[in-house]
Amino acid sequence: MADKTKNAEPKVGSVSRPPTAFEYGYDKSFRILTLAAGVLTVLLLVYIFWKLGALAAPAMREYGLGFLTTVEWNPNKNEYGILAEIWGTLYSSFLALLFGGVLGISVAIFLTQGFLNARLAWVFRLIVEMLAAIPSVVYGLWGIYVLIPAIRPMANWLHETLPFIPFFSTKLAGPGMFPAMIVLSIMILPTVAAISQDAFKAIPMKIQEAAYGMGTTKWEAIRKVIIPTASGGIFASLVLGFGRALGETMALAMLIGNAQQVSLSLFSPATTLASLLASTFPEAGANQIGPLMYAAVVLLVITMAVNFIGTIIMNYTSRQTVT
Amino acid sequence: MSTTEQTTMNPEVVALGDPDLSFSFGERRTLMNFLQTVTLWILAGIAAIPLISVLWMLISRGGLRISTAIFTELPPAPFEQGGGIGNAIVGTLVMVAIASLISIPIGILGGLYTGLLNPDSRISALIRFVGKVLTGFPSILSGVFVYAWLVIVMKTYSAIAGGVSLSILMLPTVLLTAEQAFRMVPQRMKDAAYGMGCNSTQVATKIVLPTALPGVMTGVMLAVAGASGESAPLLFTALFSNYWIGSFTEPTASLSILIYNFSAMPYENQIELAWTASLVLVLIVLVFNILSRSFGTRRV
Amino acid sequence: MSMEMEMNKLEATAAQQAAGDVAIGANIDKIYYGDFLAVRDAAVDIEKGKITGFIGPSGCGKSTVLRSLNRMNDLIPIFRLEGHVHFLGQDVYGKNVDPVVVRRHIGMVFQQPNPFSMSIFENVAFGLRLNGFKGDISGRVEKALRRAALWNEVKDKLKQNGLSLSGGQQQRLCIARAIATEPTVLLMDEPCSALDPIATRQIEELMLQLKKDYTVAIVTHNMQQAIRVADKTAFFSVDMTQGGRTGFLVEVGDTKQVFENPKENLTKEYLSGEFS
Repeated sequence: MADKTKNAEPKVGSVSRPPTAFEYGYDKSFRILTLAAGVLTVLLLVYIFWKLGALAAPAMREYGLGFLTTVEWNPNKNEYGILAEIWGTLYSSFLALLFGGVLGISVAIFLTQGFLNARLAWVFRLIVEMLAAIPSVVYGLWGIYVLIPAIRPMANWLHETLPFIPFFSTKLAGPGMFPAMIVLSIMILPTVAAISQDAFKAIPMKIQEAAYGMGTTKWEAIRKVIIPTASGGIFASLVLGFGRALGETMALAMLIGNAQQVSLSLFSPATTLASLLASTFPEAGANQIGPLMYAAVVLLVITMAVNFIGTIIMNYTSRQTVT
Repeated sequence: MSTTEQTTMNPEVVALGDPDLSFSFGERRTLMNFLQTVTLWILAGIAAIPLISVLWMLISRGGLRISTAIFTELPPAPFEQGGGIGNAIVGTLVMVAIASLISIPIGILGGLYTGLLNPDSRISALIRFVGKVLTGFPSILSGVFVYAWLVIVMKTYSAIAGGVSLSILMLPTVLLTAEQAFRMVPQRMKDAAYGMGCNSTQVATKIVLPTALPGVMTGVMLAVAGASGESAPLLFTALFSNYWIGSFTEPTASLSILIYNFSAMPYENQIELAWTASLVLVLIVLVFNILSRSFGTRRV
Repeated sequence: MSMEMEMNKLEATAAQQAAGDVAIGANIDKIYYGDFLAVRDAAVDIEKGKITGFIGPSGCGKSTVLRSLNRMNDLIPIFRLEGHVHFLGQDVYGKNVDPVVVRRHIGMVFQQPNPFSMSIFENVAFGLRLNGFKGDISGRVEKALRRAALWNEVKDKLKQNGLSLSGGQQQRLCIARAIATEPTVLLMDEPCSALDPIATRQIEELMLQLKKDYTVAIVTHNMQQAIRVADKTAFFSVDMTQGGRTGFLVEVGDTKQVFENPKENLTKEYLSGEFS
């Protein structure tokens, strides 16, 4: 273009000029750089799957699917299985979802449905954000020295009075499923609260007005109109909260007791995939690395599948509320 | 069809007289409304108890040992009295800095691609999706991955491996919040820049990046805050060290691993230090959180 | 449209281009957004040193045509244009043409005032720096601000953020920003639509001033404004017969002629509706 404009007459005094060769090159390389950064993020996930998969492959071949249904983890006898870990991971996350989910959704309703004046809402939002900001390992420390001593009398009283209920069938000697579950509930509360808050906020004012216009009380409006409308986002928040709980490591490694057993009892020690990795990996001998990588892949597949589903639900529902 | 017509035709309705519009507490639905609100207050209170308890413990137990020695001395051996957590504070900051150097440029560049340069393409949708999935990536697996990838190759635990491991957890947060911030820059401002004859890079670097900077910094600070508190990714990448950091390629101490190690020790001195380290760690995390908030409020 | 008319128009365009008084010769057959036909049959010449007004009912594609003159529409991925736009004799949509260069020669002022979030001075200097101008930047900035009739109001606060100005001042700042590089043509897309009547008045006065030095094309929904400022007027209408809303050019001519003695019935009907 530059040379062709010679015979045409741009305005007198115009400073317009085409970009220099450097600017063209800079533009092109910058755009390639941004694309590369984005693609790198995708490749990272692919590479993680590939790398862990490759390291786990020998153990997968050796132990097969029986690995998933064996309770034993005995390096001396070269017997490995992660049934106890899978059970503990799912059981603790499910319990945490039950409590943390209810609390998180309540907080979200509380914050979005006009129960609080601006100042109180600010305080509550601060509390939720602070809960999210406290590191896992600090919750673990708190669990050991505050929570377990505090709940032990109540837990043991429950065990003594109602020993026939499977949830209370053992004593709480120290670490165990119950304190782990409580801390896990606290830790997923902010996730559930934040995502379901977004779902509640996405509901247009006119829908709430329509409900109040029909003569509903606040709670009838919330139960019959607001919650059903936000159900997609609430569901997504629960799925993603569940995903967080599955992968949570340090607090559980410190509180759950790391015992290789499958039990319904809330007061018996248990273990999870993440805490197996955290507690065994640092001192693992060469023969344990394979099975540990196998366990890591199982955790990776479970958490990524749950997150995948949660993200799809969230994308789908947010698209729905926009249209 | 109108209701007035109906009422005049139906004598029974007329016989009911004027409706009572006053607020009646005894009515079932009003009572339910009240009970449900009370339940909600109780649930919200339950959510607040652990936070208050944690904060109380941090201040009352962690605060006991705050002194200059904490920042200048090395962790004590068993049975030893006193000591500090200086090397762990330095180690945490060093590794978070390494993680920031890796994840912030990649995240911002990636965010520019998905948020500005090519927002509607399939590849952007894929990047965004992977970013969202990665936000739920278990932190322990980041450690396992970096162990398998770097520690085995470098044949040593190191601050670099710890930093890389943290950067994997920071990347999705930085990328997604940066993208969001770039999208919030008004289209008319981007139009103005294109209309002046800017190429895409000039629009990105001269207009969009400076305008969106507060929003980007919010995300960056949140990611930094999160990374500072992480421990699982450091367990077998940085490991721990009882000494000051000497190079980036040797095992490195961190606050979170110090808390984890000391929490299981049967010595009162170590447990006290674990509480103090927790207080320091929470303060570091909170500082970054507050920074993130202060950037957010200055948004144009 | 008959073959004969088509030929006449092409000849006319060619003749004017040869005479050198046409800055932009647009000969647009069709503009698509995806499958949607937004505009058809729009042939307009933007003559040098004159103000050409684009008028017509909403949805008639006048803004779309204007934005295709400097390839702003390229930013919409599904945009597609059939036809030609010639700028100083070259096809703006030619194979090797960089839209970035086109936009540096054809400046634009938008509907909404859109100053950058930087100082008033830097806003105006932006284009100068962008084009690597090495001369007297502050002189050029002052000159542009004076011509945009904004100098007196901002000369003591050039370091303030451009967004701190009022809406009308912001729009004049955008005009100053656009003219600082002395572009060959200035496109204005309803520049007053977001402004109050007083600010509108100021911008109109400004346009009459600019007329002496600039080639301007302006889209406006305000007939009075077109009469006040435009030398030539292009009247667009919208065709809803084929299910969609397709804009097309009805007629173009001197403003006086188009308003007082329109050739086409469509124009007559529209104007009588507007002014009755």
